[in-house]
Amino acid sequence: MAAVSGLMWRPLRPVSGLLKRRFHRTAPVALQVTVRDAINQGMDEELERDEKVFLLGEEVAQYDGAYKVSRGLWKKYGDKRIIDTPISEMGFAGIAVGAAMAGLRPICEFMTFNFSMQAIDQVINSAAKTYYMSGVAAQHSQCFAAWYGHCPGLKVVSPWNSEDAKGLIKSAIRDNNPVVMLENELMYGVPFEFPPEAQSKDFLVPIGKAKIERQGTHITVVSHSRPVGHCLEAAAVLSKEGVECEVINMRTIRPMDMETIEASVMKTNHLVTVEGGWPQFGVGAEICARIMEGPAFNFLDAPAVRVTGADVPMPYAKILEDNSIPQVKDIIFAIKKTLNI
Amino acid sequence: HFGRPRWVNHLRSGASRVLVASRNFANDATFEIKKCDLHRLEEGPPVTTVLTREDGLKYYRMMQTVRRMELKADQLYKQKIIRGFCHLCDGQEACCVGLEAGINPTDHLITAYRAHGFTFTRGLSVREILAELTGRKGGCAKGKGGSMHMYAKNFYGGNGIVGAQVPLGAGIALACKYNGKDEVCLTLYGDGAANQGQIFEAYNMAALWKLPCIFICENNRYGMGTSVERAAASTDYYKRGDFIPGLRVDGMDILCVREATRFAAAYCRSGKGPILMELQTYRYHGHSMSDPGVSYRTREEIQEVRSKSDPIMLLKDRMVNSNLASVEELKEIDVEVRKEIEDAAQFATADPEPPLEELGYHIYSSDPPFEVRGANQWIKFKSVS
Repeated sequence: MAAVSGLMWRPLRPVSGLLKRRFHRTAPVALQVTVRDAINQGMDEELERDEKVFLLGEEVAQYDGAYKVSRGLWKKYGDKRIIDTPISEMGFAGIAVGAAMAGLRPICEFMTFNFSMQAIDQVINSAAKTYYMSGVAAQHSQCFAAWYGHCPGLKVVSPWNSEDAKGLIKSAIRDNNPVVMLENELMYGVPFEFPPEAQSKDFLVPIGKAKIERQGTHITVVSHSRPVGHCLEAAAVLSKEGVECEVINMRTIRPMDMETIEASVMKTNHLVTVEGGWPQFGVGAEICARIMEGPAFNFLDAPAVRVTGADVPMPYAKILEDNSIPQVKDIIFAIKKTLNI
Repeated sequence: HFGRPRWVNHLRSGASRVLVASRNFANDATFEIKKCDLHRLEEGPPVTTVLTREDGLKYYRMMQTVRRMELKADQLYKQKIIRGFCHLCDGQEACCVGLEAGINPTDHLITAYRAHGFTFTRGLSVREILAELTGRKGGCAKGKGGSMHMYAKNFYGGNGIVGAQVPLGAGIALACKYNGKDEVCLTLYGDGAANQGQIFEAYNMAALWKLPCIFICENNRYGMGTSVERAAASTDYYKRGDFIPGLRVDGMDILCVREATRFAAAYCRSGKGPILMELQTYRYHGHSMSDPGVSYRTREEIQEVRSKSDPIMLLKDRMVNSNLASVEELKEIDVEVRKEIEDAAQFATADPEPPLEELGYHIYSSDPPFEVRGANQWIKFKSVS
């Protein structure tokens, strides 16, 4: 079972300069697909492939999805497979888990992960823990990676670009375990180059494996979701100054791919983690703790540093909002501090 | 593993012994049962029913097994061989046995934490149940679930979060409708849980989508230490589904429960949508083993129910008075049941605990093995699916 959602409201940001440059690079089939369309494709393919798959959530059917992620699916598959629910998160999350227990493969969509808090009991206590306990061969404006990532029994994935989004939702649907997919709503409308492999119906991004988006030698920058783009922007700026960053896109929060991160740190000797969530008990904190426990610690030339959202509830005024999440300048600052330049 | 329930084997051996006796019994008898109170229904279940000798003996044995099993659990708990949470259902046997009698093994059932009786009626052995309570590897959940997390084929536990099982049950009903095999899901909750908001969310969606869900409120008059009058603005639990038709059933009479269940299951299978049943029943024990059960109710009340409404006694009297069985025959069943429970308790006490190496097992399904962190970074467990 996969839980699919995104964040609330905020206006789309313009496509970054880095990405614009990418579009001009010629490839045999330079197809561009937005994150929204990639998720749509992924779900469509899986609905077609396995009749046990169905989608439920608020406005997913006749409205085409609050963020249009499920556009066209109801027309194609009908009432049985694409179900509009009343505003009853706890109720329909429980229904999704029950249907999964009885052998179906529901995709349960929360309009925003803030709404999923009402249902977190069903996700954690009913979905995540059941396999372990049964002995049968068991979430507006904040990032929920740390909340769901805390819980054994769940898998948690966090796509950045279109390729990630399509590949991860397909893997999530096919996985026999409860999977929480943390979509970032701000990314829905952003187009990315779609490599030929990603256009195949069997394209999957494996759960539990990170991707090195950019090779580098001076410092390892680890991130997930939208901030991956900011890290790449920061890397582009720093490259002009002779600093080469290795940018890792985690793709999966739980189970975390520490191997890739450790191998990179052992090569670069420096680490900065970047996330949108709050600092306390977050993804970066977990990465730093694990680095200390593993072989990479002895390769660090400086303490690992975290770049995170500000430790405040999300404010409204634009200037406050902008400064509550990590910006490119914050990432550059942290990298330079770590490298002592 | 999930094959024929074990009691069938016992029935065979019990029946063959009895045939040696020279008594002639009736094949069946007709009984009057209490009329159910109805909500949004023109007609209810029939007020008479036919009980065959074979069924009667089966129900008697099953109820007696549940009774003795729960009492044995009480004993083992007091000896500290069972620990943690333990919620017993003695007094409520007509519910689990009666519900099972009204459905098919291919139907589905989910309940909350007072689940040992259902675990048995849905097909697991007393052995597996008691060994799970004592936390041994021979337990139905390999010792990892305990009292509140037992599962069997088409039985989804055993759920600790009060009320959470109700949307789950509606989801199972959704799967029943989706698969189109005319199966129904019995979704149970207590009088305490009946006030949970998520239950009303489940009512709404079940009715909206006409899910084949039988919502069942097992009303034993007390939600832990709080009587129904102190918890609910309306104690007519069979009406609280509002737009969902309901019936209020005498939960101490197994025949009444059986007929009501047959009626409700037929209603759901016909595609009309969900239906609600309130079973009026009673528990002899307190809420759990840590509750003596006499601070919020009187011993006189408990005694009165025992002497006037005990479900096993009611069935026994009916059968003996209609010549469906003899007192001696039923006593023989009692002896056999006692032995079965004793053997199971022996096993549950002697079986070893699950091996420590398996602490990390079964976190995920169908995954390759991986490592799980223990109490510190140097302690690692292997996790196999």
